[in-house]
Amino acid sequence: MTDLLVVENLRKEFGGLIAMNDIDFRIPTGSIVSLIGPNGAGKTTFFNMLTGVYKPTSGRIEFDGTDIGDKPPHAITELGVGRTFQNIRLFQHMTSLENVLVGMHCRLKGGIFGPIFGLPRVRREEREAESRAKELLRYSGLRGRDNEMARNLPYGDQRRLEVARALATGPKLLLLDEPTAGMNPQETAAFTEFVRRLRDERELTVLLIEHDMKVVMGISDRVTVLDYGEKIAEGPPKEIQRDERVIEAYLGKGATTHG
Amino acid sequence: MTTVQERLRSYGPGALVALVVIVLALLYPQYVESLGDLPLIGDFIPALSSMVIMIVFTMMAVGLNIVVGYAGLLDLGYVAFYAAGAYTSAWFASQQFDQWTFHFGSVGISKELPGIHLSIWLVLLIAGIFTALAGILIGLPTLRLRGDYLAIVTLGFGEIIPQVVRNGDNVFGFDLTHGTFGISPIDSPGFGSVGETLGLPLNYQQSFEREQWFYWTALALLLLTVFCSIRLRDSRLGRAWVAIREDETAAAAMGVPLMRTKTWSYAIGAFFGGVAGAFYASFKSGAFPADFYFNISVFLLCMVILGGMGSIWGVIVGGMILGYLNVEGLATLGSELQQGGIDFDPTKYQFGFYGVIIVLMMLFRPEGLIPERRHKREFELGVADTPLDDVTHEGADTDREPKND
Repeated sequence: MTDLLVVENLRKEFGGLIAMNDIDFRIPTGSIVSLIGPNGAGKTTFFNMLTGVYKPTSGRIEFDGTDIGDKPPHAITELGVGRTFQNIRLFQHMTSLENVLVGMHCRLKGGIFGPIFGLPRVRREEREAESRAKELLRYSGLRGRDNEMARNLPYGDQRRLEVARALATGPKLLLLDEPTAGMNPQETAAFTEFVRRLRDERELTVLLIEHDMKVVMGISDRVTVLDYGEKIAEGPPKEIQRDERVIEAYLGKGATTHG
Repeated sequence: MTTVQERLRSYGPGALVALVVIVLALLYPQYVESLGDLPLIGDFIPALSSMVIMIVFTMMAVGLNIVVGYAGLLDLGYVAFYAAGAYTSAWFASQQFDQWTFHFGSVGISKELPGIHLSIWLVLLIAGIFTALAGILIGLPTLRLRGDYLAIVTLGFGEIIPQVVRNGDNVFGFDLTHGTFGISPIDSPGFGSVGETLGLPLNYQQSFEREQWFYWTALALLLLTVFCSIRLRDSRLGRAWVAIREDETAAAAMGVPLMRTKTWSYAIGAFFGGVAGAFYASFKSGAFPADFYFNISVFLLCMVILGGMGSIWGVIVGGMILGYLNVEGLATLGSELQQGGIDFDPTKYQFGFYGVIIVLMMLFRPEGLIPERRHKREFELGVADTPLDDVTHEGADTDREPKND
């Protein structure tokens, strides 16, 4: 199996603080990989580098054969990396439908003169985009919420809308940052199933940051554990559960040794 | 595919109101005089020439609304675009460059007249394009900034351009702008002898119905601006603007190229400012540096805020109200007061009044007279456009702060 994402010697320093210390990391195409670690381990920093929000201090990020280390966020999205945010960042005063349509931005062509003159090409594109957006909303479990303002949606639905919006960007790799945070057990179970379906039906590769171990152990093909910007373990869920360093990091004993 | 009926319904009663307003506006020259004869309010009815100025400024406000209202970029230097448009008119339709004699589509003037004289219709287009390019040039270095910082830089550019104009009478020995004297006269629009056979004026300034024609042309330009503005609002680009206004970081993550999208809003806003400026210069047959003070930028911004940011109809109403007060209303009020024996000249306190209006609006109706539905909620509930928390404090990895343990 080929790797969709290859990260080599990735390093990020904030002033004197080393947030990410020469990490090597790979995601095989079509797999679900989880990234876990205590708070402050550098998981979100890692996500932000993959999506171009941060520039790496050094190291290489290669996505689908392209070096994306110094590309701006929108270009990375266009290449096929979709993401959600840890703290939901929807366009709150736009409807669900509009949110998804914004997600399609880089897949649509309508420029300036097309819409002004109402060219048939642009009208058709808009119509098609709209029906595809509605389909995505249904697929993500948001049937009948098309014209609801994003901020008025219940919490779980906002999470789903974020995924729908990310799917609209046409990703090959989907990055989910703590998608089940704040969900109740039923919602979490449904969401876990949804992520599995994304992989199986949409042939997506998924990278997941998650605190809920039941979710992580349930769907991951592989788990990577970060602590203080270091990769301390990597392997199938079963092995990770038994790994001593991981248990140490999670029980907080690691904090004292690391100073 | 939506049917005609469905589309009409989706426009709602607003479309009907708009239609009535447009028809009334088109017929204004027919009944303005009889309105002026009415008791009490007659004196307060704006004359046709005042209407032209009001419409031109409203057009600029609608252009500014694309930048401020749609994309949420606070531009305090819009006057620069007005100036660029006015001077494009002055360059391509006057005797300014009398070392050359070039005529193309000029109407009602001798073909021997020195200087560059293009048809005003062409000049309007050139002015729009030139100003849009200026907008892109100004935008490229500045639009990387967020919020307040952007406002300050645009403020700077708004000051720079008039200074350039004022001191442009000797650019390495070349007289570009004729300095503080400005450039005058500027050619007038018209339809030439061909148009004359169709009953259209050969040249507006020389026509007996001069004001009427300027009025209709201004109205047509405003309607064009409004039309483009609506079409863009409902397009892919319009959605991207709103997304940027709501949350830049998320917009970028969804594949919206921030710089390009913002620059387009700037360029398109500038385009209409340029066209309006060029038309206005032709109307008053001159471009003078003293016209392009910072006041104008603020004045236009007031129109947008009064009407409702992002709301086209609101901006038109706001623009017409403030335009009216500025051009005629306050002066009329002053003379009426004088006649009533009260010695008070409101024109002296012009900007004081606008200031009070803005303060009152902010206190009682911050979303504007005719709010855009989305903006109304933003004002009530606030937007979440904060940078990623861990992006703002580079150096502090906030990810490390305990949140839920």
